[in-house]
Amino acid sequence: MKHFFKMFSQSFKMAIKSIAGNKFRAFLTMLGIIIGVMALVILVSLVNGATGTVTDTISSLATDLIEVTISDDKGNPITLDTLDEWMSEDGIGLLAPIGETSVTAKYDSTSTTAEVYGTTPAYETINELSLLLGRFIKSSDVDNHTNVCVINEATAEALVGYTDCLGEELSLDGMKFTIVGVLEDDDTSLTSVVSSSSYTIYISYTSLLRLSSTVSSEITSFTVSAAEDSDMATAETAITALLMERFEEDEDAFEVSTQDVMEDTMTSITSVLALLLGGIAAISLIVGGIGIMNIMLVTVTERTREIGIRKAIGAGRGVILQQFLLESVVLCMLGCAIGVFLSWAILQVVSIVVSSMSMTFEMNVPVVLIAVAFCFVIGIVFGLYPANKAAKMAPIDALHYGG
Amino acid sequence: MIDLIDISRVYQIGAEKVYALNKASLHIDQGEFVSIIGPSGSGKSTLMNIIGCLDMADSGTYLLDDTPIEDYTENELAAIRNQKIGFVFQSFNLINKLTAEENVELPLIYQGVGKAERRQRVQEALERVDLAQRAKHLPNELSGGQQQRVAIARAIATRPSLILGDEPTGNLDSKTTGEIMKIFHELHQQGNTIVLITHDDDIARQASRVVHILDGKLSEVKI
Repeated sequence: MKHFFKMFSQSFKMAIKSIAGNKFRAFLTMLGIIIGVMALVILVSLVNGATGTVTDTISSLATDLIEVTISDDKGNPITLDTLDEWMSEDGIGLLAPIGETSVTAKYDSTSTTAEVYGTTPAYETINELSLLLGRFIKSSDVDNHTNVCVINEATAEALVGYTDCLGEELSLDGMKFTIVGVLEDDDTSLTSVVSSSSYTIYISYTSLLRLSSTVSSEITSFTVSAAEDSDMATAETAITALLMERFEEDEDAFEVSTQDVMEDTMTSITSVLALLLGGIAAISLIVGGIGIMNIMLVTVTERTREIGIRKAIGAGRGVILQQFLLESVVLCMLGCAIGVFLSWAILQVVSIVVSSMSMTFEMNVPVVLIAVAFCFVIGIVFGLYPANKAAKMAPIDALHYGG
Repeated sequence: MIDLIDISRVYQIGAEKVYALNKASLHIDQGEFVSIIGPSGSGKSTLMNIIGCLDMADSGTYLLDDTPIEDYTENELAAIRNQKIGFVFQSFNLINKLTAEENVELPLIYQGVGKAERRQRVQEALERVDLAQRAKHLPNELSGGQQQRVAIARAIATRPSLILGDEPTGNLDSKTTGEIMKIFHELHQQGNTIVLITHDDDIARQASRVVHILDGKLSEVKI
C-alpha cells in the first residue's frame, strides 16, 4: 500500500510535468471539459435561480382559494342557487361565480378595452380584494340586476382621470353603469402577475348576463374558499366530492385547481428544464471526454519510447497504466476546476446584471459536485483505453520505436 | 550466474522461419567481463534481449542467478529486469523530461525504495560516474558522454546482478568511448558482472572474455 502511494505520487508528478510541458495543447484538450462543465453548472444554476424566484413569488401571492372550471355540465348546470346551497356544505366557505367578458368602456369621450368580471359579493372575501373607496357588489345588486360597477385604480385613472370617481357613470358596450367602488391595485396579487389586462371592472353576475351574450346563467367557472375552521385540502376534497356527485362521477367534466397545483406545475416544468439542460451539458462533457481520449492516444504514441524505457528498467503494466490514467484524470479535473471557476465568475456577473430583477443566481453546489464526479468518471473512462494501450506495449517494440 | 542452454529464437518472416538464435549456449560466471561481438544480423540484439529479460526464448533454458527465466508474465519479467539487470543502451534511453537524478531515481521508485535511501543511492551512483554536480540537468543539457554516464548511474543504482551494455559506445567519439570503457573497467574491478554487446573489435578485446556470434550460434574467441 505504501508502495502504491509512492508510485501514485510519482505518477502524479509525471502527469503534472507532462501537462505543464505542453500547456497550450493541454488547454485545448481541456477546453471541451471546461465548456461542458460551464454549460452544466451555469445552466442548471440559472434555471434553479429563476425557479426559486418565480416559486417564491407564487407562494407569496398564494391566496387561499380554489378555482373550478366546468367543461361538461352533463345537462345539470350549476347556477347561482347551486352555489348558495353549497356554501352550507361542510368544509366549504364561500363560493363566487366568475363570468368574464371583454368590453369597450367609455367615460365622456375617453374609451378603453377592459375586462369585465361578473360575480357575487363573496368574490371580494375569497379573493381578498381591498377597497380604496366605496363598496363592492352587494347581494341586492345581484338580485335586482342593478347596473353598478366596481373598478380598479388603473381603470379609474385611465378612464375618468382621477380616483375619487364614485357616482360617475361608465358606459360598457353602451350600457350605463354607476361606479360604486374603487379597488386598490395590488401589485403583488396573482391577477396582476398573471393577467395582461390591468383594466378590471367588476359587476354583478346578473348584470353580466345582460351585458354579454356568451355568458349564461349556467356557471362554468367559480372560486371557492375554505371554511374558517377548515383548511384548503378539506375544501378541495369537499368541492371535488360535490362536483363528482353532480357530474356522474366523471372527473374529466371539471377541473379543480389550487395554487398548490400551480406551484407543482412550475416545479415540474423547471425540473424537466433543468434535466434537459443538464442532459445537453452532459453530452458536451462526453464530447470533451472524447477530446481527452484523442489527445491521450496521441500522447501515448508520442511517448512510446519513454514507455519502452520505463518498462526496460522495471515498470510493470500497472505502473504504466496508472501513469497515463492519472494524466487523463488530472487533465479532466483541471478542466473541471477551471470550468467551475469560470462558471462562478459568470454567475457573479449575471447576478449583478439582473440584480434589479430581484433574482439571485448562486452556484448550485450539488451540480458542482455532480460535475466534479462526472469529470472524474470521464477522465477514467476515456483515459482507460489509451492507458491500456500504453500498458500493453511490448518492451522491445516500444524501446526501438522510431529508432 | 548466467546459463544459456540450447537457446533458440525463431522469427516468422512471411512463409520462412528465420533463426535469430539457433541452439546457442553460453555460461557466464559471477564477476566476469564478457563481450559479445558479431556483425549486424548475427542475432546479437536477440541475445541481448533474452539475456536482458526483454524477450523470451522459444526453446532452451535460461538460468539467471540459478533462476529459470521461462513462462513469466510480463509483470514478473519487469520485476526481474528491475532488480537484477542494469541496462546501458547505445542511444542512452534517458527520459528527456526528467533530470539526471530523476532518471537515476526511476528504477529505485519502481523497486519501492524509501525516499531517504533513494536519495543516497542516487547520489552515490552519480558520484560513481563523476556527474554529481550535474544532477539537476536535463538530458538535453548534457553531452553524449555525460548522458551515457547518467545511464550507467541508472543501471548501477539498483545494484543489479548484471550490467548489460548494448553497444554503449556506439554513438560516442573515441575520447568519450575511452571514458565510458574506463567506467566499465572500474565497475568490473569492483566485482560487477558485465556483458557488453558490440560490433567493434577494439571494444570487445578490452573485455576479459570475448564471445563471437554468427548466424545465431555462439563461439568463444581466444584473446
